Amino acid sequence: MQLTNRSKIVVNKEMTFAEKIYLPAILSGLLITIKHLFRKKVTIKYPEQTRPVAPIYRGWHVLKRDEQGRENCTACGLCAVACPAEAITMTAAERKKGEEHLYREEKYAAVYEINMLRCIFCGLCEEACPKEAIFLTDRMVPSDMVRSNFIFGKDKLVEGVESNTRIDISQRTTAHRHQ
Amino acid sequence: MEFLLIKFVLVVIVFVISLGIAAYSTYAERKIAAFLQDRVGPDRAGPFGLLQPVADGVKMFMKEEIIPSNADRLLFILGPCIMMMTSCMTGVVIPWGHGLEINGTFYPVQITDINIGILYVFGVVSIGVYGIMIGGWASNNKYSLMGAIRASSQMISYELAMGMAVIALIMTTGTLSIREMVEQQHGFHWNVFTQPLGFVLFIICAFAECNRTPFDLPECETELVGGYHTEYSSMKLGFYLFAEYINMFISAAIISSLYFGGYNFPFIDQLGFSPNILSIVGTLIFFGKIFFFIFFFMWIRWTIPRFRYDQLMHLGWRTMIPLGILNILGTGVYVLYKNGQLHF
Repeated sequence: MQLTNRSKIVVNKEMTFAEKIYLPAILSGLLITIKHLFRKKVTIKYPEQTRPVAPIYRGWHVLKRDEQGRENCTACGLCAVACPAEAITMTAAERKKGEEHLYREEKYAAVYEINMLRCIFCGLCEEACPKEAIFLTDRMVPSDMVRSNFIFGKDKLVEGVESNTRIDISQRTTAHRHQ
Repeated sequence: MEFLLIKFVLVVIVFVISLGIAAYSTYAERKIAAFLQDRVGPDRAGPFGLLQPVADGVKMFMKEEIIPSNADRLLFILGPCIMMMTSCMTGVVIPWGHGLEINGTFYPVQITDINIGILYVFGVVSIGVYGIMIGGWASNNKYSLMGAIRASSQMISYELAMGMAVIALIMTTGTLSIREMVEQQHGFHWNVFTQPLGFVLFIICAFAECNRTPFDLPECETELVGGYHTEYSSMKLGFYLFAEYINMFISAAIISSLYFGGYNFPFIDQLGFSPNILSIVGTLIFFGKIFFFIFFFMWIRWTIPRFRYDQLMHLGWRTMIPLGILNILGTGVYVLYKNGQLHF
């Protein structure tokens, strides 16, 4: 029974003289390879050049601060609940007096860790966050030799206070959606 | 005394040039392989990766040197030595240029013009087989031995066809000296036009003699682990690999001097330069031809797949040798006709 029309009848025909001496075939092969000599190279020389990445690329997470430099995160734990890979862990703490310039609300994450080896970069934490605290960015997570170095704490996740150390997430469509 | 000094300087120059070209052939091979596959190739060591051969050499020297405990120590060391020595020796008879006339004396740019030059090349090349055979046997490893047997049977089979191609060439030129052959091709009277079939046979056999693709069966990871140099490490392995590139350089030189006029180029007499300048230009053009053939070797490598071993033997014994004999017959008729001894 014929299932598809893709089947081909194999012909084992006798080779002609030109095919038997191989040389014409070799010449046409040489022509093909010499054309490739002048083609554009596909290599991207990685450390110097990087592959262009879409602004909505889901890479290395950032924990945002507000305009006054206070952390947005309130350690509600919704991101950790939403995370299908169970990559996010956090320890909540209460804001002390005199820390109002550091944390926006009364509760904050004293420890916030994402295991980058577990993370599948699905972006569900970003969707789950009610405080616009966590976003995925177009930065790649760098490689490392030690597994423990892939557990990113707040030192690697929270953006800086100064305007030049802020991480721009304005291009992300989800950010537009939240506004 | 002066004679010896000149010869010594020439020997050193030819030796250094062959080593340099062989070193940069490894770089060129990787670069050309990359370019033909739309890649960039080695570009980290120095500008455009030009220091890559140096880095490779240092790496080879720094590697641990292992001699298998059951190997025949003397022969194990002798193998790469023979290989390296024979490949360096062939450069002696190649005329690198016409010659320079300084203060009324004529200095040919050739180490020695022995009147059996081409036979000398064949003799030395066939000693090179011993390098592979001894190395493979002394390793006391069945894969090495099988690789060595493959290599030597392949090289011996193709030497026959190569000899046939050269016999036809000798019939037309009437000399065994490579220098005289090159001189006869003055201008644009290149032998490739009178001996096209011989040239095709010769270049195919040259590929087989150099163990280059599509005849690179002595090294076969899938069947033989590594081939005849499986047990070799450090610079002894480096010698084997290096000798292969020197062989490639020398065979490119021999192909271009036997069939492509060596240091001759078209319109050599019409330019009107002094003989010394013409000689220097000729040498440069000779090297241009050599580089083209080295490139051709690499170009072929990244174009066609290798033969199976039985196909290799089939091609060698049942196609190349009959064609070689046919070529000799045809050349005989041609020579007789040219000399007016043949009347139709």
